[in-house]
Amino acid sequence: MTYLGMPKAPRGVGQLRGDETFPAAAASALSNRQLRTNLAHATSTIRTKRLAAVAELDDWEQLRAAGAAIKDDVLAHLGDYLVQLERNVTARGGIVHWARDANEANEIVTSLVLAKGVDEVVKVKSMVTAEIGLNEALAAAGVTAHETDLAELIVQLGHDRPSHILVPAIHRNRAEIREIFLREMGDVDARLSDEPAALAEAARRHLRAIFLRAEVAISGANFAVAETGALAVVESEGNGRMCLTLPRTLITVMGIEKVVPTWRDLEVFLQLLPRSSTAERMNPYTSTWAGSVDGQEFHLVLLDNGRTATLADPKGRAALRCIRCSACLNVCPVYERTGGHAYGSVYPGPIGAVLSPQLTGTAANASLPFASTLCGACFDACPVAIDIPSMLVHLRARVVDEKRADHVLPNPEAVAMRAAAWSMGSSRRWRRVLRLLRVGRVLGRRSGRIRRLPPPLSAWTATRDAPRPPKQSFGDWWVRGGGRS
Amino acid sequence: MRPVRVALFTTCLADGVVPEVAKATVRLLRRLGVDVEVPPTQTCCGQLHINNGYAREALPLVRNHVEAFSGFDYVVSPSGSCTASVRHQHPEVSDDAGDEQLTWASRELASRTFELSEFLIDVLNIDDVGAYFPHRVTYHPTCHSLRLLRLGDRPLRLLRKVEAIELVALGDAESCCGFGGTFALKNGDVSSAMLADKTAAIRATGASICTAADSSCLLHIGGGLSHQGAPVTTVHLAQILASTRDADA
Repeated sequence: MTYLGMPKAPRGVGQLRGDETFPAAAASALSNRQLRTNLAHATSTIRTKRLAAVAELDDWEQLRAAGAAIKDDVLAHLGDYLVQLERNVTARGGIVHWARDANEANEIVTSLVLAKGVDEVVKVKSMVTAEIGLNEALAAAGVTAHETDLAELIVQLGHDRPSHILVPAIHRNRAEIREIFLREMGDVDARLSDEPAALAEAARRHLRAIFLRAEVAISGANFAVAETGALAVVESEGNGRMCLTLPRTLITVMGIEKVVPTWRDLEVFLQLLPRSSTAERMNPYTSTWAGSVDGQEFHLVLLDNGRTATLADPKGRAALRCIRCSACLNVCPVYERTGGHAYGSVYPGPIGAVLSPQLTGTAANASLPFASTLCGACFDACPVAIDIPSMLVHLRARVVDEKRADHVLPNPEAVAMRAAAWSMGSSRRWRRVLRLLRVGRVLGRRSGRIRRLPPPLSAWTATRDAPRPPKQSFGDWWVRGGGRS
Repeated sequence: MRPVRVALFTTCLADGVVPEVAKATVRLLRRLGVDVEVPPTQTCCGQLHINNGYAREALPLVRNHVEAFSGFDYVVSPSGSCTASVRHQHPEVSDDAGDEQLTWASRELASRTFELSEFLIDVLNIDDVGAYFPHRVTYHPTCHSLRLLRLGDRPLRLLRKVEAIELVALGDAESCCGFGGTFALKNGDVSSAMLADKTAAIRATGASICTAADSSCLLHIGGGLSHQGAPVTTVHLAQILASTRDADA
């Protein structure tokens, strides 16, 4: 129930919307051959590996169900768990901040950093700080944020945007990475090869100096345990652990949906996450900490940015179960062709298509719910069983309903849909429409196929012929004896 | 005892665009001793509307569908996608509209609605339908039959028993052809890119025919193959199963 004076859930702001619609942005991505080759290779490799890693567990389906149930419990009692988390983090010497949206979170973090009198920070790869555009906000305040995850570093040095949740530089190949390193690092031997080990070594050397001098680190969080106040970050390179332990001050930003009730719940997610994301049995570096240790300072920024608004929708809220594994991206036939940039938001792929429009409101991301064939591969792959296809359909209805409310005159699609529904509403009208369709037989007389149609159907005939309408519908054939002589 | 009544859920696409698929389904069922009826008031399941965000417009279609098929013991359809819509979307759309009676009725109808290969294997307990089809064929598992109906290998079990057929496996078979209803129009470029990979995989098999359990996907794939001038055509599963030595479907 909503009543007057009740605070409205804030909408998400930050890096959650693109400048173009999905189809327009996808068209430019599709024309990039190198991008398509890189993506097809990377996603098909990880797809095969994930299937093998998942097949090893007999109780995978039960684990998925458990993951979904734990997250649903969290979402049903989110306020309680967050207050419990705050209490326990505070009791262990941490300081908790609450941010309504991206702007508030950036202000909090920036002022904390500036208070330390530093002009640079190290960062653990985190989706949420990308969501709020923290690096840009820090830069505006004169603070350089050094990304320390290898792929994130490649993206940062390339003045590029991440295109994948887990593998932000999935759109780059080895040769491109070598070029970026040579051009941007400044401290690299010109004889650098494009062997993965050589590229990683160059990054290690480059980052080591930064790690040793940084006084402030910024991270996200994969999980926060309400009962103990413990935070958890999972990563694969050890850079996260360096950030979490070396600097004197640690600032962690996390979306409010990342809380889990108990320490034991991590058992479920630490099985689901690595197998789904990197196809590993166990995550290489799992760091957990609670509060602050002697001489160090710990801040936790809890971010809403559209999450409460998402929670309000019973049919959309399951998107908040997401643990950012990116399995849905890797199995998505649309993502595989377009890459992540086409989605405009830092959350690409199927989960992005349901999450971004909910965080920002559908009006700001109206083309994303339609960026799917509803093939269902994402739902099958999701470790917390988010029914993304059904949610997409639900959000499409919201887009249509909002358009209905905004316009006095219906758009051509709405007119066509209504006309189709009216004629299909009675079999008498439907039979008449089918007979009218035969007019189309003037087309494709010679080949039996229609080669070209006017817009909007020209989008079909660009790469596909259309069938010539039959002489007689099945219904008419049936009433005239149905093949019984 | 009252005779078992079986209805054909034609689907609007088979009715108006590819009647040969519905005719083949009728011929096949009759050959197997099923006296199939065609309820005259059926039109469309409304999936097109629902998937495009027009659930409100689809509600009368759901109601019409439920009424058209009342009184039948089984409803059979040559479409995985339309069967999935009846099974999963009709109860949900009815529930969203707050129509309890329609929710109940559509759930009940869903429980007796079967896609063709489900009906043959699960209800009739037949995998050899006595078909004859002397062609090199590859099978594309459509997304909705694969992931919403979980047809598994039912269509392949039926195809393997077809006399003289040469079945060849399709590479990357379970990836979507890019149709997705209006997706093919609204995201035409992405759809075409997906279709190009699907048709390349089909052509690589050397098959002369690509088959599937959905006319919509086959129109998409077939339209692409024909546009490319490829020597491959698309034929619905029902048409292969209806073919005999005497009559090619």
